[in-house]
Amino acid sequence: MTDTDKSDTLIPDEGLAAASTAVPGAGAMEELATPPRSQWRDVWDQFKTHKGAMVGAILFLFIVAGVYLGPYLWSIDPTQIDIRSRNQGPSWAHPFGTDQLGRDILARMMSGGQTSVSVGITAMLLALFLGSFIGVLAGFFKRLDGPLMRLTDLFLALPLLPLLLVMMLLFREPLSAAFGLERGIFILIVCAIGITSWMPTARIVRGDVLAIKEREFVLAARSIGTSNSQIITRHILPNVLSPIMVSATLGIATAIITESALSFLGLGFPPDFPTWGRLLFDGVDYLQQYPERVFWPGLAISLTVLSVNYLGDGLRDALDPRIRGR
Amino acid sequence: MKIKTLLLGAIASTAMAPMAFAERGSDGNVSIIYWQAPSILNPFLSGGTKDVESASLVIEPLARYDQDGNMVPYLASEIPTVENGGVSEDLTSITWKIAPGITWSDGSPFTSADVKFTADYCMHPEGGCAQVTKFEGVTSVEAVDDLTVKVTFDKPTPFPYGPFVGGESPIIQAAQFADCLGAKAPECTDQNFNPIGTGPFVVTEFKPNDVITFAANDNYRDPAKPAFASVTFKGGGDATAAGRAVMETGEFDYAWNLQLAPEVIAQMQEGGKGTPVAGFGPLVERIMLNQTNPSPDLPEGERSTAAHPHPFLQDPAVYKAMSMAIDRPLLVEIGYGQAGKVTCNWVPAPAAFNSTSMTCDTQDIAGANALLDEAGIVDTNGDGIREKDGVPLKVVYQTSTNAVRQDFQALIKEWWSQIGIETELRNINASVFFGGDPGSPDTFQKFYADVEMYANTFNGTDPQSYLGNGLCDKAPKPESQWQGENISRFCNEEFDALHAKLAETAGLEARAEIAKQLNDIMVQNGGMIPLVHRGRLSAHANTLGGVVLNVWDSELWNIADWYRKTGS
Amino acid sequence: MLNFTIRRLVLAVPTLLFISLVIFLLLELAPGDPMAQVPLTVPPEVKEKMREALGLGQPMHIRFWKWIVQFFWIEPQVLIDHMFGTTFSEGDLRVISWQTRSPVMDIVVQRIPQTLWVVGTAYVVAILIALPIGIYSAYRQYSWFDQMGTFVSMVGFSVPPFFSGVLVIVIFSVQLGWFPSIYDTTHVVNSWDSFVVQLKQMIMPVMVLALQITAQLSRFMRASMLDNLNQDYVRTARAKGLSEYTVVMVHVLRNSMIPVVTVIALGIPAIFGGAIITEQVFKVNGIGQLLIGAIQANDLPMVQTLTFIFAVLIVLFNLIADVLYGILDPRIRYD
Repeated sequence: MTDTDKSDTLIPDEGLAAASTAVPGAGAMEELATPPRSQWRDVWDQFKTHKGAMVGAILFLFIVAGVYLGPYLWSIDPTQIDIRSRNQGPSWAHPFGTDQLGRDILARMMSGGQTSVSVGITAMLLALFLGSFIGVLAGFFKRLDGPLMRLTDLFLALPLLPLLLVMMLLFREPLSAAFGLERGIFILIVCAIGITSWMPTARIVRGDVLAIKEREFVLAARSIGTSNSQIITRHILPNVLSPIMVSATLGIATAIITESALSFLGLGFPPDFPTWGRLLFDGVDYLQQYPERVFWPGLAISLTVLSVNYLGDGLRDALDPRIRGR
Repeated sequence: MKIKTLLLGAIASTAMAPMAFAERGSDGNVSIIYWQAPSILNPFLSGGTKDVESASLVIEPLARYDQDGNMVPYLASEIPTVENGGVSEDLTSITWKIAPGITWSDGSPFTSADVKFTADYCMHPEGGCAQVTKFEGVTSVEAVDDLTVKVTFDKPTPFPYGPFVGGESPIIQAAQFADCLGAKAPECTDQNFNPIGTGPFVVTEFKPNDVITFAANDNYRDPAKPAFASVTFKGGGDATAAGRAVMETGEFDYAWNLQLAPEVIAQMQEGGKGTPVAGFGPLVERIMLNQTNPSPDLPEGERSTAAHPHPFLQDPAVYKAMSMAIDRPLLVEIGYGQAGKVTCNWVPAPAAFNSTSMTCDTQDIAGANALLDEAGIVDTNGDGIREKDGVPLKVVYQTSTNAVRQDFQALIKEWWSQIGIETELRNINASVFFGGDPGSPDTFQKFYADVEMYANTFNGTDPQSYLGNGLCDKAPKPESQWQGENISRFCNEEFDALHAKLAETAGLEARAEIAKQLNDIMVQNGGMIPLVHRGRLSAHANTLGGVVLNVWDSELWNIADWYRKTGS
Repeated sequence: MLNFTIRRLVLAVPTLLFISLVIFLLLELAPGDPMAQVPLTVPPEVKEKMREALGLGQPMHIRFWKWIVQFFWIEPQVLIDHMFGTTFSEGDLRVISWQTRSPVMDIVVQRIPQTLWVVGTAYVVAILIALPIGIYSAYRQYSWFDQMGTFVSMVGFSVPPFFSGVLVIVIFSVQLGWFPSIYDTTHVVNSWDSFVVQLKQMIMPVMVLALQITAQLSRFMRASMLDNLNQDYVRTARAKGLSEYTVVMVHVLRNSMIPVVTVIALGIPAIFGGAIITEQVFKVNGIGQLLIGAIQANDLPMVQTLTFIFAVLIVLFNLIADVLYGILDPRIRYD
């Protein structure tokens, strides 16, 4: 799933050079005359000059490295209970303190981060892919608009909790049997979040596509006989990139929080499996006694979302030929 | 006015019957918060604690249990016994005398016809009455005269105080509910939301699942009570917020059932506006051990049934070691604080029924390991997990989703790993876990796990029917749509015979003796591992006087005696 | 456009019927039991009796048909009776909640005021704040204002209300004692003083909710404005000598509204649906709390009715959004 996902969201990039030629002002002949230069290089050059994007990218890499490589440096088991040292404040032995059962919060943050970051990103990508795909199809092909938008209405109307309960009932055992307990639940949760959160993206993308497909450059492309799929990938998608990017940043936050909602409803990972959302939720009761317990997961979620947001900003600018050209 | 306040203050400070000279409605409003919101004020149609307790302000039974579990007459003039002739010699009938002069809140007299009607209402086959077990064995209820009711049972009933005793079995007005019998019961919205009662308050407005406002009952039998003119009964939210509203911000006067971590309660108490109070009923948090094999490899319909005994959980060494490895005082300290006690018993209360034959308040990991080694259950393949007859000791441990239970799961998993038992944890949404949906694999009755943890209790003070939950034929099975109370599928001939004997025995001491034996058989034969005797922890504002926490009946049983402390 | 609207409205009827069927089947399939909240001390045989009394023994298609009749035929009659004092619905069985044994619609009507007060106000506040922030952030991209806006809205969005709600309660109710931590749904506004009380109890939930909505809206507004500010027509407009205000607030804004209109249209049914977590945290007890309570108690008639009302609103507001697209950008045609 993730593979097709990536290739599909990346399709617009391939079409960008062509899109830039279609934009009035950049003459096709001139472009051809200059020595061929990889468009990815252009994108990267532009991306590098975007300060926010670089900060976002570094921060994001840092977070990912922290949660995946951190456990090699900080080797305390996140589920190890040390009841004598429970509810401790920060110390050298436990830099982030310990929780009510004496588990090391730093270790739990790292292991929770692995789950949260991977669930957040995969679920967001899935929702984004579904949303953009359905949105573009509905906006572009008049015949598909009705059925697809009614489908969107249906999904918007479905009550989330019973839907998740049904999914758990039907698919938990088969998936656990096929992929093992943890991976099975991971797939289930990612799918659950993905297929219950693509609808706003689809509506937004469709709205934009409806407007863009009537613009002059699309009509021009059509008049020279460009096929539908090429119009979509080269002209439409690059122009709806910014709402997609915003959906992506908001989507990652929603996915991390929804995952925590699922686990405290008993629909998510087993209870001994920390995630950021869950740590935050568990910490809320102790807000007055041990404020650091909500501070760390809250900070981690916010930083991840912020870094993805800046990353998205930079990526959008870098992929926008009008800005890149300047 | 000033003199009156002074007087009241003086009376309150001497603590001598503080309400004696108070007048009805003089103390203004009292506000109560329940984090579960009442949906209906007719306990016969709901059975939920929130509904029973909110209704107890309005409708009352003939007799209630007090904070020690003793019966006190409410609408009756005395408690019928064999000695005073109220209960027949052959134990097949009980005759209640209604206290004279009681009126409903609409001014009409309260008579035996109302009592008889209540029985007809609940015993109606199409009514779906939630409290019908209170009327178990009742063959007839007769109104002998206006103030006398005779209840006849189909067989000698040593404990005839089921009907009309306690908050679950109050009396409703015949005139009001006359058209609501049987299938029509749910259609009577007005009646169900605004029952006419004999209690200290009447409903002024009922917003289902949100808030109820009550006003003092002008026709209440004690002219000086209740001291409060009105009650605001708010529902919804969570226990943390309820506790905070009473103990930290002082917005509310009484918060019900604060299941919170002890340190959270302690922190709230520092707010200085309220005090937590705890009381202990028979509620026990326990681990049930599945006597049958829940393996997913078995075909559906045979999984977790008596057809396949569990591969290792019936081995005394295994379940004894599992119990020894648990540090119960620590569980109490972490999970319940002052609202918990260590227990080894299934029936820890009332005190007369609490068996003292076992102790379990020290953890003994070494002893548990030795016990398993002795029984030949050792780790043969070096993976750190013991095997019995080639079956590794791996258990699935499920419970409902709840912060304290998840902490318990983590701790117990850790301890069991130290005696070579591997545990897989699973938590299930409470509404699925405790729901009886036979189509769901995750209900506690289906028990598709090796061990599961939850709490259970019984109403009133007599454990006979509760102890019946260990009877062999009460095991949930596919033929009975997985309904049944014998969750661990415990089956023991001696137990069944002894329980039959209990049903025929009269006299508290003799009954208590048998009940303790039943308790011991269940626990010592590995039906369950009792963990914590759980109390009820509620909190009241420091300015609220007269609160007596009662776990045997509605918590609000004596709200007529509540008053506002002055000068504090 | 009128043709389109009428056609879509007609088409909405089968759509909604289909949606109601899907919701019904979903609820049927979901594990759960209306007796789950009844204490364990009530034995299973009694629970079975209670289930039968709720009508659960009947086959599925009969129950669905009953709901359709009750909702589409009897409930409108009740409404007419209520408005004109007629007696069409006398003796008919309405949609009855399993939890409260009372008509679902009565409870819904009871819950609407607090939901509209709190969630509705939060939405209005959020729109009023988010649009200017989004516009100005885009106009002055990467200025300190934009950076601050980005930071605050992103942190605001990533902090879930179960945390931010409790945080403001601890700060403003427990520590400072300024606002009540529990919303009083029985409060009646009939004077200036009572209005102040109402404001006080609304401030915190509105703040928490508005933060989330503002974050979302302002991001979409900003992104959409940025897309349009670089377009050629903007250059043309400026070249024509139009004032900067006209260029931004008329030309660019109008063309940037499509995604924002979509998001707002998706949000309005949510106003009615209430904010489940925020309502829980502040004990507002509106529609959101009603829905989650009904789901937890497996009160199927209540869940079915509420979700169906949401479905109607969703279909309706998405239609309104589609019509608005055509007004904002006349090039969009649906025929």
